[in-house]
Amino acid sequence: MILSPIDNGIVLDHIKPGNGFEIYNTLKLSELNCQVALILNAQSIKMGRKDIIKIAEPIDLDLDVIGYIDPGVTVNFVKDGKVVKRMHLEAPELVKDVIKCKNPRCITSTEQELRHIFKLTDREKGVYRCMYCESKAK
Amino acid sequence: MRSLIDILELTTDEINELLDVANDIIDNPSKYSEKCHGKKLATLFFEPSTRTRLSFEAAMYELGGNVLGFSEAQSSSSAKGESVSDTIRTVSCYADIIAMRHPKEGAPYVATMKSRVPIINAGDGGHNHPTQTLTDLLTIKREKGRLNGFTIGFCGDLKFGRTVHSLISALSRYENIKMVLISPDELKVPEYVKEEILDKKGIEYREVTTLDEVMGELDILYMTRVQKERFFNEADYLRLKDTYILTPEKLNSAKSDLAILHPLPRVNEISVAVDDDPRAKYFDQVLNGKYVRMALIMKLLEVR
Repeated sequence: MILSPIDNGIVLDHIKPGNGFEIYNTLKLSELNCQVALILNAQSIKMGRKDIIKIAEPIDLDLDVIGYIDPGVTVNFVKDGKVVKRMHLEAPELVKDVIKCKNPRCITSTEQELRHIFKLTDREKGVYRCMYCESKAK
Repeated sequence: MRSLIDILELTTDEINELLDVANDIIDNPSKYSEKCHGKKLATLFFEPSTRTRLSFEAAMYELGGNVLGFSEAQSSSSAKGESVSDTIRTVSCYADIIAMRHPKEGAPYVATMKSRVPIINAGDGGHNHPTQTLTDLLTIKREKGRLNGFTIGFCGDLKFGRTVHSLISALSRYENIKMVLISPDELKVPEYVKEEILDKKGIEYREVTTLDEVMGELDILYMTRVQKERFFNEADYLRLKDTYILTPEKLNSAKSDLAILHPLPRVNEISVAVDDDPRAKYFDQVLNGKYVRMALIMKLLEVR
């Protein structure tokens, strides 16, 4: 399968197989007006298989969301057909309004205006806990 | 401005300082009788409590201050659907410091984001109860003269008991403490407490299912209530409930200087016959709670 390179925009590379769809949905990429390619199970020398997302516009992306879903993603910023900036993401310290606390006893279950904020408490194991009740994110 | 939501917000030096002040209050109460003159404590109890609310109120009165507040959500605008944020914004216009208990976990943390005055977490669901932990630490310090070098047994409901988790995490910062976790399999300490506190801090601990097998080793026995509603079936509850009732007979093999603690209320997990045993310290613990809350109120109000 051949997909032409993009001239301007962003390429999310080295996405773990299966995470591409989640990133696509969470970032609501289907709502963009530009061309977006979601490639699943592409061949990778490093990973065996990987997902890739190509966005043919230089849009603002919430990198914390991507880093939370998949801390191994590489973000390539493309301008005039060349990669002008490359970022290797890490799990962010805080994740805001991406996941909701599932603890029914958490204050966020009743106070609707509160932001759902999760804090990284164990980088090695990728554990996030609710800022309010400290329940583990599921 | 400082609040207290989680015991771990205090350094061990600050905890030691609070316990020293509490001990000084016990020895010289008159020295402190006007320390908070003209100050007001609001006690906002969105769910019932006997000891915690009354000890906060007694603490403020003994410091020469005044108290306002409510003892149940039904007697506040919370019953009309007012948010915690709005209640706190309002009350912090009237009081100099707020002690709050709320059934929802994290509610006191939300309060700190909106308050003009210090917030003390007086219990939020099954989450934190830092002033109970300060009470426990003061009792241990007074009974043992130190906060290190002892074996403590936690007995009963170690899964849902917030006081147990807080005390384990507070004690994990002191040296040479061994912990024995005594509970049925259904009520064992949660994995995250073991992984994120005990294992990370290298605390020596072991889990057992009966009190008898470890009684002789303990310097401190921290009892908690085994609650029937926590069991999935009644047969398991009936099988286990008596195992964790402390009786004078079970204390035969205990050390002569054992200190028996309980956060209270108790139902039947400590037989009333144990109350007369000099090793029973749970009512001393209640009294200590008032003094350590006096020390905490003074610290957060920056009164010297």
